[in-house]
Amino acid sequence: MRSRWSYVYFLFYLVLGFVMLFLNNDVSKAVITLMNIIVVLTPLVGTVFGVMHFYNSREFTELLLAQPLKRSTIFLGQYFGLAISLSLSLVIGLGIPFIVYGVTQSSAIWDFSSLLLVGAFLTFIFVALAYNMALSNENKIKGFGYAILLWLTLAVVYDGLFLISLLVFDDYPLDKFALIATMCNPIDLSRILILLKLDISALFGYTGATFKMFLGTNLGMIVSLFVLCLWVAIPSWFILRKANKKDF
Amino acid sequence: MSLSRLLFILALLGANQLLYGEILTVCANCEYSSIQEAVAKSQEYDTVFVKEGTYEEYDIVIDKSLVLLGAENALIDATGNGYGLIIKADSVTIDNINITNIGQSYTKDFAAIYVSNSDNYSIKRCKLTRVFFGMLIEKSKNGIVSENQIYGESTTEAASGNGIHMWYCSKSQVMNNELSGLRDGIYFEFVTESVVTQNNSYNNLRYGLHFMFSNNDEYHNNTFTSNGAGVAVMFSKYITMTNNTFKENWGSASYGLLLKEIYDAEIRDNIFDKNTIGIYTEGATRIVYERNLFNRNGWAVKVSGACYTNTFVKNNFVNNSFDISYNSKVNDNKFDNNYWSSYTGYDLNRDGVGDIPYRPVKLFSYIVNRTPQTILLLRSLFMEILNFSEKVSPVFTPDNLMDNHPQVKRVS
Amino acid sequence: MIEITSLYKKFGKVEVLKNLDLTINQGGIFAILGPNGSGKTTLIKSILGMVIPNKGEVKIDDKSVIKKFEYRNNINYLPQIANFPGNLSVSELIRMMKDIRSTESSDKELIELFDLKPYLKQKLSHLSGGTKQKVNLVLTFMFSSDLIILDEPTTGLDPISLIRLKELIQQEKEKGRTILITSHIIGFVEEVADQIVFLLDGKIYFKGSITELKTQTNQDDLEHAIANILMGNNA
Repeated sequence: MRSRWSYVYFLFYLVLGFVMLFLNNDVSKAVITLMNIIVVLTPLVGTVFGVMHFYNSREFTELLLAQPLKRSTIFLGQYFGLAISLSLSLVIGLGIPFIVYGVTQSSAIWDFSSLLLVGAFLTFIFVALAYNMALSNENKIKGFGYAILLWLTLAVVYDGLFLISLLVFDDYPLDKFALIATMCNPIDLSRILILLKLDISALFGYTGATFKMFLGTNLGMIVSLFVLCLWVAIPSWFILRKANKKDF
Repeated sequence: MSLSRLLFILALLGANQLLYGEILTVCANCEYSSIQEAVAKSQEYDTVFVKEGTYEEYDIVIDKSLVLLGAENALIDATGNGYGLIIKADSVTIDNINITNIGQSYTKDFAAIYVSNSDNYSIKRCKLTRVFFGMLIEKSKNGIVSENQIYGESTTEAASGNGIHMWYCSKSQVMNNELSGLRDGIYFEFVTESVVTQNNSYNNLRYGLHFMFSNNDEYHNNTFTSNGAGVAVMFSKYITMTNNTFKENWGSASYGLLLKEIYDAEIRDNIFDKNTIGIYTEGATRIVYERNLFNRNGWAVKVSGACYTNTFVKNNFVNNSFDISYNSKVNDNKFDNNYWSSYTGYDLNRDGVGDIPYRPVKLFSYIVNRTPQTILLLRSLFMEILNFSEKVSPVFTPDNLMDNHPQVKRVS
Repeated sequence: MIEITSLYKKFGKVEVLKNLDLTINQGGIFAILGPNGSGKTTLIKSILGMVIPNKGEVKIDDKSVIKKFEYRNNINYLPQIANFPGNLSVSELIRMMKDIRSTESSDKELIELFDLKPYLKQKLSHLSGGTKQKVNLVLTFMFSSDLIILDEPTTGLDPISLIRLKELIQQEKEKGRTILITSHIIGFVEEVADQIVFLLDGKIYFKGSITELKTQTNQDDLEHAIANILMGNNA
């Protein structure tokens, strides 16, 4: 992948990182602010770039399809190529300013690393979702629309529905439902993962024993990471399935 | 204790012998082999000196003005059978006596040191371990409790006692003590005009320090770490709290400071760091909060019910998940000149004061109060949008609750 | 040898290939003709594995090719619309293709043949349509394969390049290769093709030499012969 856009994206994070640190001058506070940005922005960028990249490289894909290459090689290659280059833009773009400002010596190093890890996960997940949308829709506008809609759903609408259902059914025990609902949305899951790292896990203990057991221990961390991996694996598998059936 | 220091103290005691009478020495091969015996044989103002060794004794009653002085490693082992020392006279000094193995009881408040109806008592440098109650002090005044270490092994609230428990006392000083593994580190009930300073109270089941029906007391420069709640002040008046540190009191019902039905208190220059709730206040009236630092708490201040004419001035609210939480729409408290790290306004005239007021109560904190599980939506985009709309036109949160002079930089 | 039996493909509700049977023997130039939407491209893409048929079988040298990929080592394909990734240069694209197939390549001679040397360092997005088609031809002919599939090879070519292309096709034929061509330029087809495969309504309407087609339709030239088929079909 040699796209101008990945350089732009890289520069964006570079500038963002420096501005954030310049304004806050406090690594751990900058991590909190960054979390808000990363959790919303990396999925959006992954979605937009994923769809754009798929449609833009269509002809090239066809060229490759006539070559002695497996379909899975072609599509997974494209998918990983894009996802990795976007993730690298994020990791290097933000990594440079934070290293310059001495994150490696600060206690925030783990918070910061998990932030980057989650950002990379979200990129992989949303590029995969966008590819699915693009593969299922010949029409560019439609594919783009659906992909953005999916992002909007997971980033905002889902939480709205989640909140409403919690408020409506608050006479019932909701701990398990709430946890499962959070697991089912990669954006929420990533947010919780970072918040757990950011030392306010005590807050989650506030609600009760289930949360405390799950979010207050390593169990939550492990399960969350596992679910994030599933969120990468399942859409990728769908890409393969769709790609193997699709006509070009 | 070094030998030279011991000699120095002995010399002092020797000089005081004219005033305070004789020294009775206790050790395995001495004239007195048990403390009980020495105390019984002593006269008013004598000194009982306990040499190194372990003494398996309990219920040692001190009913005259004595000095009970321990050498290094002088240890009373109460073998789980009752009280350690029972003080029933005025002007008793207990110095450097270690006591261990105070038995649990559901009917009696067994304590390592039990003081009753004593004036001018002094308990210092004692190390009390495996205690039920550490010190139980009743109806006494003008006492000093200092430099003691009290450790319990509490696991449940019902089967545990307090470190320093005072009941109907006045003019007492509690300072430089270390308390841990107890129910309450320090417990005051009907205690007046007393001072608690420079204590370190941590890992206690319930509270680091607890006031009940106690008026005109003050506590300064103490540190409360990882207790059920740092300090609880209940049904009390005129309590002054300054320069204390409340930190890492984490858990579903954990507070740095819990205020319940209290009046006319002052809370200044304290640090609240990483507590689930920094201050929880219910029915607190005419309280002044000034120059406190609230750093990385879940809730900095949670206001719940009937809190009137409190003022929050020049406090620093830094990186808390929620700054202020209210459970009602009514506000009778004043917020002014505080620093809020989540303030997003601007200061065009550069006078150090933000040009638009800050609303510290978020809609989200209102929702979390209603349905705690919604905490999972913390910092989500959807919540930020809701908070923003509530900020523009308050519906659920008190609309007059705002800081009209939010500081742009931290108040120092 | 290509052997296609009862190939069936529909896109949505539109049936494009209806149980098509076709056998193409090794060696010679076959022109696949037919009106727009008759399924020419779908047929070609089915052979290439780009379109996955609903039913039927495609065999090359007695081996089924459906959902396989290795067999494409022995196929050269010239796609209809030459749209390449714009951010690559010509030489980079050629190098990439060579990386994919590790076989020997004659790219240098072909670049010489089509006068592409001055364009090698240029980005593909900056090339004219004709030049792109030349690059396309280089990519197609640079490997030696037994089966060559050309989809509208003449598009945008100048007369000199067209002559070179015809020579190239003849050379490949002399090497005993099978060449499938679709084209709308009847003159070109008449000049190069040995056999005509005429598709109509998703089926093979006619397969044979140009002369046979002419006699069957009672027409003197190919253009009219084709028109006759289409008219007859419409009537």
